[in-house]
Amino acid sequence: MSFDVVAQQPKLLHLLQGVAAFSAVVGLILLALHRGPVRRRGAACLLLAPALSLLTVGLLLPGLRTLGLSFMDDEGDAWVGIDNYVWMFTDPEALTALRNTLVWVVLVPLLVTGIGLLYAAAVIRSRFRALALSLVLLPMTISFVGAGLVWRFVYAYRPAGAEQIGLLNELVVAFGGGPRQWLVESPWNVLFLVVAMVWTQAGFAAVLLAGAIAAVPGEIVEAARLDGASSRQIFWRVTVPSIRPTLLVVVLSEVIGTFKAFDIVKTMTAGQFDTGVIAHEMVNQSFRYGRTGHGAALAVLLFLLVAPVVAHQVRAQRRAR
Amino acid sequence: MRFGARLALAVIAIVVTATACVAPSDGSSRAEAGDCGPYARYGRHPATHVAVYASNRDREADLFEATWADFAACTGIDVQYEGDGEFEAQIQLRVEGGHAPDVAFFAQPGLLERFARAGRLEPASAELVSLAEQGWSADWNGYATVDGTLYGTPLVANVKSFVWYSPAFFRDRGLTVPHTWAELMELTERVAASGVTPWCAGLESGEATGWPVTDWIEDVLLRQQGPDVYDQWVSHRIPFNDPRVIRAMDTVGSVLKNDRYANGGYGPARSMASIAYQDAGRPILSGDCALHLQASFYAEHWPKGTRIGPDEDVFAFLLPGTDPSSRPVLGGGVFTAAFADRPEVRAFREYLASADFANARMKKGPFVSANKGVDPANAAGPIDRLSIQLLQDPRTQFRFDGSDLMPAAVGAGTFWKGSVDWITGKDTESVAAAIERSWPSH
Repeated sequence: MSFDVVAQQPKLLHLLQGVAAFSAVVGLILLALHRGPVRRRGAACLLLAPALSLLTVGLLLPGLRTLGLSFMDDEGDAWVGIDNYVWMFTDPEALTALRNTLVWVVLVPLLVTGIGLLYAAAVIRSRFRALALSLVLLPMTISFVGAGLVWRFVYAYRPAGAEQIGLLNELVVAFGGGPRQWLVESPWNVLFLVVAMVWTQAGFAAVLLAGAIAAVPGEIVEAARLDGASSRQIFWRVTVPSIRPTLLVVVLSEVIGTFKAFDIVKTMTAGQFDTGVIAHEMVNQSFRYGRTGHGAALAVLLFLLVAPVVAHQVRAQRRAR
Repeated sequence: MRFGARLALAVIAIVVTATACVAPSDGSSRAEAGDCGPYARYGRHPATHVAVYASNRDREADLFEATWADFAACTGIDVQYEGDGEFEAQIQLRVEGGHAPDVAFFAQPGLLERFARAGRLEPASAELVSLAEQGWSADWNGYATVDGTLYGTPLVANVKSFVWYSPAFFRDRGLTVPHTWAELMELTERVAASGVTPWCAGLESGEATGWPVTDWIEDVLLRQQGPDVYDQWVSHRIPFNDPRVIRAMDTVGSVLKNDRYANGGYGPARSMASIAYQDAGRPILSGDCALHLQASFYAEHWPKGTRIGPDEDVFAFLLPGTDPSSRPVLGGGVFTAAFADRPEVRAFREYLASADFANARMKKGPFVSANKGVDPANAAGPIDRLSIQLLQDPRTQFRFDGSDLMPAAVGAGTFWKGSVDWITGKDTESVAAAIERSWPSH
């Protein structure tokens, strides 16, 4: 469908009003700041005010409301205690989502970091380093939805005898096997989704880690070599410890990203065939099934799981400074 | 310093001018239509608009818009239609977010009921109630009635219990259309014995994957136990895993989970999970499959150029009941309901509830309405005509698709998912028990 400017006018107007209001506020603040001497603390408060008010309206209040809803029934008008949390840890479908999320959070960061590290180490001394790194970074430029669709085609199933349109089944058939429904057969289908996620993220890890490896001082490596260390020893005993902070950043941001994984599951299986994850189940419960309480409880769980990781990352960054 | 202040002023000035320039300019400049006589009763509502939100997109949306174009031109109402494939999930966000449409088309009476109970929907006006009573049976109006109050009117109807087949395939093998369930099973066995896998089915439908199997189970339950037990099951007065439901599921399983009977043209029975429902019936054209249970709207999914009719490429018969005299029909429908009660919204609702609208819409393209005032002669094709005749036949025992009436957590959730698990191998008892456990207790 084409984008009809006239039909979209009300939306564009809304957008414009929002931008206008925001610019006006920022403009006013800039103006106020230039009126005579202002004490620094006051200036800081004033400058922080837009961000703080947006955070309050957009994050803090909805967060508190979600917390409240997680202890309420689906209409949000009666308290039900911890029923929603009991449901979360007893319902087979919710448990499947929890199990899958655990699998994702363990596998994705490990695989992404592992593959990224090996790739970075392999290409770092190559003449075609820049090209190799751009190639592996390419999948990252595709949205998760796009990646999900691409991988859905890779796993596509056609009956034996018919022409295979899925790459994986085409290969299996070429080697004499029978086509399989990769996305249907639980529990292995979860791993096939994880592969898609790793494919999109490995480039990010490789590029960051390649940068870190390149920044390892040459003297240390040279000293190690003079002491008679083998390449493998240098890699594990010198390079990896030197890039530990970057490794940690990569692993933690992957952990956070994986907890929130939604797009790939939604486009590839829509959570069918026992492949649901917390974020996807949360949206389903809240907006498809109208079970606001269940959805809110899952959201709170997701927050509780991600919060320590974020806190750790912030602390680590502060320590590094 | 001074530069910063000037910059800030400039920003404000530009923004203010820009906002002023794009002030909303409302006013319908649409040309008047030729004959406004039939629309006089809806009055004139110049410079007003009605925002309509539904799941129909592309061609279906175009046909709707073409149908009410005259109404819009004659009444002066600007009908702003928006189709969204994610309607079911988005409508909730819109309503909660204060952006409710004026009129929405609901394919699930359960969803409509949820908004009615939350006090979001506007009840039907007295005129609309009388139009509804005039146009539809009490059954149909009942699906849009919550606690005795009518909130919407039926818009679209579809008949689900059609078995698609190839008349040529039947003729070549000397097969005849069955009139009882036993005859259907006999036919199935004969086709299987001749080396063709008789039934084909496909469950893949994105988030809704699994729904074709729920239709199967509902159709068979309705036939084996009759409408009363069916109603009790849908409204949860008997548990989801009642022994009678288990029996119906096992009957379906004896066909769909049987590699000898399914999945024609696609391999073993479990291959259904990966086959898109839109493609599922196509092996009928190549003779790799003989029978495909799917709703009237499947007429739209055959490849271009496929002719539909009793002596053409494909046709359909009604899934038979236990004896030839009974005529149970499972179907679905779409209902209009309103979140606003302005005069123009009321006029638009009344127009949609008229037989005129249904007849005009049918003349534009494939469409079935359960309105008593529609003329089957206006139907776009033989299947639509057959559907309308079935819906208007007093002997027909019509029942609404149960999964659309159950709470969404079951009807659009665990029932769909459970069906997929069941087809791909899980046993009947444990699947039915799991669905029963997922039924919301309040």
